[in-house]
Amino acid sequence: MPTLPLSILMVFLPLSLVTIGGGQSAIAEMHRQIVDVHHWMSAAQFVDAFAIARLAPGPGSLLATLIGWQIAGFWGAIAATVGIFGPTALLIYGVAHIWSRYEGARLLRALERGLRPVAAGMILAASYVLIQSLEGGWIARGMALASTALLMLTPVNPLLLIGSGAGCFVGLHMLGLV
Amino acid sequence: MNPKPDQLAERPNASQLFLIFARIGLTSFGGGLSGWMLREFVQRRRLMSEEDFLNGLSIAQALPGVNVTNMAIWIGYKLAGRSGAIACWLGIVVPAAFIIVLIGSLFASLKGFALTHVALGGAAAVAIGLSLAMGLTAARRVPRRAFPLAIMVATFIAVAFLKWPLLWTVLGAGSLSVTVAYYFES
Repeated sequence: MPTLPLSILMVFLPLSLVTIGGGQSAIAEMHRQIVDVHHWMSAAQFVDAFAIARLAPGPGSLLATLIGWQIAGFWGAIAATVGIFGPTALLIYGVAHIWSRYEGARLLRALERGLRPVAAGMILAASYVLIQSLEGGWIARGMALASTALLMLTPVNPLLLIGSGAGCFVGLHMLGLV
Repeated sequence: MNPKPDQLAERPNASQLFLIFARIGLTSFGGGLSGWMLREFVQRRRLMSEEDFLNGLSIAQALPGVNVTNMAIWIGYKLAGRSGAIACWLGIVVPAAFIIVLIGSLFASLKGFALTHVALGGAAAVAIGLSLAMGLTAARRVPRRAFPLAIMVATFIAVAFLKWPLLWTVLGAGSLSVTVAYYFES
């Protein structure tokens, strides 16, 4: 395997194990590694990839696949996918395998309860980092907050909301506002 | 309503499991899949009992990894052992991976138009709302006690402001928090 996909693999392997409570929690660290540490993408490119991953179906962590593809093509995509999904896949497989013999109810409860505040802190940090990278100033930030409120208070379809966000921005751009 | 084990339907083989999860992966947008999987596997196809499913769900959420892919491996293993786990995992990841690369290339080929980046900016602004809403929902479920709240705030500060490497932050805050939950809260 060429060296760039290998470096991508080494970035995503440890990221896999910090995706607690879903892929969202690792996005802040993904951003740090890809944009700040390795300079593989600009902050704007990263936010674009994030938006595309949100528009596409499937697990949100496929953002890693897209990033790998954009940095290093086919092998980059393979390396990022194996990296982000591999370790946790082996972990849950191991747990499923021993679950029948080992009744881990108390440990499981402690894991679930103990990791809850950590996951909440990480997801909020990810949102904060992403808002910082957003172009479009206060209008864009206002839209992010408005969509947060809509998602929490109404049963709105997220895909429709993302589509209208894109449309809204194009309209504002034509008016010269963003 | 719960089917008894002897009423459970005949178990699907690995390639059928692959197709079921490929469909779930390709039709799911923005999360909220566990309810859908419960309907598909427990209520409609009666492939596993509700208890088995819920056990798997809490483990899938507690362990690191995307809940949906964790759940796919759990269900696959329950229904068809190792090959089932592999089939379900491939089903949920691979077809959707092709689609995202396809969509990404589509946008890349439209990059010449300034509006593409503007439209993606608008989509991203709203998509961050998804992230923030999930973060706030998760924060709401954190017990209103000093210790868990302190862990949450410390994690946020370490990641957002101090930009500490996430792996060490999680190992540190996570093991402390889980230890306290194990010995003092159960």
